[in-house]
Amino acid sequence: MPVTDYYVLAIDQGTTSTRCILFDHLGRLVSVAQREHHQHYPHPGWVEHDATEIWRNVRRLVPQALAQAGADAGQVAAIGIANQRETTVLWDRRTGVPVGRAVVWQDTRTDALIEELAADGGHDRFIDRCGLPLATYFAGPRIRWLLDATPGLRARAERGEVLFGTMETWLIWNLTGGPDGGTHVTDVTNASRTMLMDIATLEWSDELLDGIGVPRAVLPEIRSSAEVYGKASAVLPGVPIAAALGDQQAALFGQTCFAPGEAKCTYGTGSFLLLNTGPEIVRSSHGLLTTVGYKIGDDAPVYALEGAIAITGSLVQWFRDNLGLINSAAEIETLALSVADNGGVFIVPAFSGLFAPHWRSEARGIIVGLTSYVTKGHLARAVLEATGWQTREVVDAMNADSGIALTTLRVDGGMTADNLLMQFVADVLDVPVVRPMALETVSLGAAYAAGLAVGYWPDLEGLRRNWHRAGQWLPRMDPDLRAAEYESWQRAVERTFGWHRIGR
Amino acid sequence: MSKSIQSIERAAAVLRLLARGPGRLGVVELAGALGLPKGTVHGILRTLTGVGFVEQDRGSGKYQLGAALLHLGTSFLDVNELRSRAINWADALASRSGEAVRIGTLLEGRALVVHHVFRPDDSLQTVEIGQLLPAHACALGKVLLAYDRAAATALGRDLERYTQRTLTTAAGLGPALAQVRERGWAADVEEMTVGVAGVAAAIRGHGGLVVGSIGISGAVDRLCDAGGTPRAGLVGQVQDAARAVSRELGHRW
Ligand SMILES: Nc1ncnc2c1ncn2[C@@H]1O[C@H](COP(=O)(O)OP(=O)(O)O)[C@@H](O)[C@H]1O
Repeated sequence: MPVTDYYVLAIDQGTTSTRCILFDHLGRLVSVAQREHHQHYPHPGWVEHDATEIWRNVRRLVPQALAQAGADAGQVAAIGIANQRETTVLWDRRTGVPVGRAVVWQDTRTDALIEELAADGGHDRFIDRCGLPLATYFAGPRIRWLLDATPGLRARAERGEVLFGTMETWLIWNLTGGPDGGTHVTDVTNASRTMLMDIATLEWSDELLDGIGVPRAVLPEIRSSAEVYGKASAVLPGVPIAAALGDQQAALFGQTCFAPGEAKCTYGTGSFLLLNTGPEIVRSSHGLLTTVGYKIGDDAPVYALEGAIAITGSLVQWFRDNLGLINSAAEIETLALSVADNGGVFIVPAFSGLFAPHWRSEARGIIVGLTSYVTKGHLARAVLEATGWQTREVVDAMNADSGIALTTLRVDGGMTADNLLMQFVADVLDVPVVRPMALETVSLGAAYAAGLAVGYWPDLEGLRRNWHRAGQWLPRMDPDLRAAEYESWQRAVERTFGWHRIGR
Repeated sequence: MSKSIQSIERAAAVLRLLARGPGRLGVVELAGALGLPKGTVHGILRTLTGVGFVEQDRGSGKYQLGAALLHLGTSFLDVNELRSRAINWADALASRSGEAVRIGTLLEGRALVVHHVFRPDDSLQTVEIGQLLPAHACALGKVLLAYDRAAATALGRDLERYTQRTLTTAAGLGPALAQVRERGWAADVEEMTVGVAGVAAAIRGHGGLVVGSIGISGAVDRLCDAGGTPRAGLVGQVQDAARAVSRELGHRW
């Protein structure tokens, strides 16, 4: 069969849903099957997923995506996986049954543990080794928490009876046979989010394992982001599983930000701005994370600086589900357009503390500027503007760390369908905002990496040629207004600090 | 007259009952009031919930009239929701056809651009979301008018001229719209702008209701053959995209 008869399948295991997408040789989306999974909130600050449900969804979605395209399993050249990062699951090696629910990246249950670890050397205690500050966001301390909280689990873990994985590890293990010889691997990008990997050597670090309290026996083998990990035995028997990347790194790859200095921001549940720094490990002094961008086969790794924003799209979801002021996420734009401005209201969604560039886990969300004039339309504006201002803070940090000012921002993710928001982002950043023709860049990045690994695509240059501009927003906000509004936003942010008392 | 459809009569009865009360009603109460089996009423409620005419209260599990009923007759699908749901397919259409893509809905007799994807040649273009196009002079608008007779009639007898080829009379537009309904797609060849052509097809929601149109536009010599007829391949791509968005919105054939 000619190459045009083949597809690459991407599995995007996201925070709210799992998507299976088939791409053709020109990187065009051919079919999509999607399913949401349940969000469990057993206590304030806790967020859990059922890993078994997610694996079941993948098993259902893959055949649906194939059927939609009228393709059969023999036409799938490779599978690539992109996943929500830092979400932690432990399972029984023999039965494949998870030890409790997966602890999601937004979950803050490790806050007391983080303070305990930071008591001895501060929050930046491990930053030289792993590139990350101590924060509830990362996976390693979650493993420690689970091992401490479940009687007998640490002993079983040390005996090698329990396996750890982030979502790509869990899916690859299950796709390659699960208890029957499943392959237990992770990729460098996901491993770089555990706080357990040495960012320079790309290996698990004894210093970090000891410091955080995680036994080596639970950990998967670290591999590159694009290589054949094994062949699927379930779902698509015989098809090579050829790539895995954390979703944000996948988006960087899907946006073809292959050159140092190129950056993208993905607007989903949270938002994540990543800047390619090439082979260089850039250390941030402004609250950004140093992370692995990708590593293709035996090539040298490409590093990235990351600005992670915890709550953007999920603020819209909260507005929809918890306040019930809109029926669908997209209606936020309709409601926001019913008024001309924010009416003086600012919403700082520090639901589980603030991530970049503040890293304040004790911050909690606020709505300020309420007056009797304010309507739900103003609140809707403030919801969207929160995403714009949070982007601005991260871009400012990025410019300061890298010493070069960002000149355009490439965007993707579900929120980029929001025209008002994209204009606002351009307005507050004062640079053009560009959306590429493939909105599903997370999936596309996973597909690209898998396709490269099996030779479906020859090289990065070929992939670059698939990138096209689908939309562009130019800044048009009055500079004085921008400055004044930003100042108000910053004052609002300050008011969120120090609210939550850890351990109460 | 043909026999009336029983399940529709029953659905109407369920809606009347729900409209009567101040409070919400449960399946058992509704079934009791109508003298129908619980399973039947449950099926009706599920279908009505699916189209938004009925809503189920999460806490009590009881039912009330849905928001969609209150907005019957006004816009039935939020335009920003339409963009959100269509965006992937609009991108795919632009990338396949090599042309700019627009999605439109009717607003006071004009075609409102609710989504716009650039032509994928990376040339300088600006986002045209929010623009109003003359419905009678573009493919996007003709599709919308073809399935909304009231709007087509409201345009009146004399229509504004944009080029030599604009249809400027209701008498001329009528047969053109009939042809759109027959073929399932619309074209405009230099009817709005000299040198530019467009092709569009209908986006349908639940039950087949037309909620918008999606189409491409670009240079006449790219979109049309030497005889000035839109190329069949491109027409097919536009129709495929319209079907994909319709499927996304819950339309079943
Ligand atoms: N038109 C819109 N305006 C604002 N927010 C939106 C819009 N459409 C979707 N969203 C938000 O985007 C998020 C979904 O984006 P997606 O990229 O699918 O996220 P993820 O991959 O993180 O699950 C949701 O949080 C939703 O609230």
